Amino acid sequence: MRTFRAVCTAVIGLAGAFSIGCGGGSSSSTKTNLIATTGQNVAPIVVNSGPANNYANGAFTSVTVCIPGTSTCQTVDGMLVDTGSSGLRIVSSVLTIALPQQKAQSGNPVAECLQFLGSYTWGPVQTADVQIGGEKAASTLIQVLSDTEFSAPAACSNGFPSANTVANLGANGILGVGPAAQDCGTYCEQVQTANFNPYYECSSSTSCQPVAETLAQQVINPVALFPADNNGVVIELPAVSGSAATLTGSLVFGIGTQSNNALGSATIFGIDPSSLSFTTSYQGTPYHGSFIDSGSNGYFILDSGIVPSLPDCPNTPTDSVAAGFYCPTSTQTFSAINQGTNGASGTVNFGIANAETLFTSTTDTVFSELGGPSILGSGSNTVLPYFDWGLPFFYGRNVYTAIENVSTPGGNGPYWAY
Amino acid sequence: MVEQRGNSIHLKMLVMAAALIIGAATTPAWASLGGDTASVQADQIHLQGRRTMTAAESYTVHEIQGTSGTVVREYVSSDGKVFGIAWQGPWVPDMRQLLGSYFDQYARANQAKTGARIRRGPVLINEPGLVVQIGGHPRAFAGRAYVPGMLPSGVRAESIQ
Repeated sequence: MRTFRAVCTAVIGLAGAFSIGCGGGSSSSTKTNLIATTGQNVAPIVVNSGPANNYANGAFTSVTVCIPGTSTCQTVDGMLVDTGSSGLRIVSSVLTIALPQQKAQSGNPVAECLQFLGSYTWGPVQTADVQIGGEKAASTLIQVLSDTEFSAPAACSNGFPSANTVANLGANGILGVGPAAQDCGTYCEQVQTANFNPYYECSSSTSCQPVAETLAQQVINPVALFPADNNGVVIELPAVSGSAATLTGSLVFGIGTQSNNALGSATIFGIDPSSLSFTTSYQGTPYHGSFIDSGSNGYFILDSGIVPSLPDCPNTPTDSVAAGFYCPTSTQTFSAINQGTNGASGTVNFGIANAETLFTSTTDTVFSELGGPSILGSGSNTVLPYFDWGLPFFYGRNVYTAIENVSTPGGNGPYWAY
Repeated sequence: MVEQRGNSIHLKMLVMAAALIIGAATTPAWASLGGDTASVQADQIHLQGRRTMTAAESYTVHEIQGTSGTVVREYVSSDGKVFGIAWQGPWVPDMRQLLGSYFDQYARANQAKTGARIRRGPVLINEPGLVVQIGGHPRAFAGRAYVPGMLPSGVRAESIQ
């Protein structure tokens, strides 16, 4: 496979000027990442406002789903590329083909409730042949997001709003290509009577009961089912200086399986297989639940108590346009160190700008300096505290996500590399 | 049917026995945040967990080790009120159980629409009478909730974790 320099670099080199996709700032970037644009293991990514026109820093691609073993297929664009979850989920209102339903041992149809941060998805588990770029995953279990067939049990929402509609999700679906193979794992192999239970079997449209699902019965990262290039993904997006209207890049399947997905000089950061996290150190303090997540749309780090120069944006009845993000008076720069469970470490430099100012643009959807507060914690909590390296982290870096328990030229997953 | 009823009675007896062992007079059906020590016990039963207690200066931490990696810590003031709860686990625990009478306020705050653009980041509810924070990602979540007005004097919110 041939690889090409980032579109931005090509434009700078040829015309000596920035295209819109390269942001409007200075050309201070010292390194440019190579972005693969051709190959059967490549799917294009676009960062834009998404199908509901309400996204900031959302990376989208297209996925084709087919009734298994047939040529009855539908291509769905506006699928959010998410390394923070695993499994394919499609909003039912955009689906025009009827996919076969997964059945429990009882013969009842299976539905799933999956928790995300601040929302949940609900709907039947169905089977599809999945095509992304030139790769195919046969008979893949996916979640169709719908309240129509079965109403969600009360325990599902848990106080969160639903992400079952295109408007609420901001996407036509989620392509979860995280380090986990299944969306739930061994936790779902028995019914959880005391805790949240993701899978249900439904004896009627209004009566669903918790059910256990083996690993093979769970919604799966479709990449793991590709015949080849199935050990992970690389997300390749060019650097952005400041903000931009849109950005294009590539989702490359496989790690070290083709000439266009070699690890090269990337550093491999081992991650904890249970919490899917590594440690980020900031000013000597470890944040041991940290993670890299293309589905988070900013840097969610620290809080204003630790960094007084990072005040929260206003959240009042008349002013909540950037609630939950940071609004510093001027752009603040930071330096933190990522540390893998394998001992690897590397410094990350980044900036956080005023989100209310960023959001005054009516055309920009790509914000390389968008950030918001995280949640503090201590050593007794293994999830908190954390740095959430959201999509801005991916701008200008090729980020590798290796799936758990599979081999790559850089060792077994799970890991992140960049 | 008969056998099921028998199991149910047996379970009730077990619950009563557990209540006696811990010395609580009643087993409230619900509640925790803002509730009394007995409500911690209700959570323990709900989570089917083991409970250990650690005393700090002006409060006691009841840690409930639930099944499948879920851990809940409840912070009880010296006058016996649960002023804060922290938890972690593969998924978000039953918030209605843990927040009790504060659940509706929490759910309302979650539904409140802010901004024209979607935000995918931590849940940060900061209201005068209730703070709830939830972070993480699928297969690893954590959070805390507390009532600012109930914090014992000298206790900082960061202690709830």
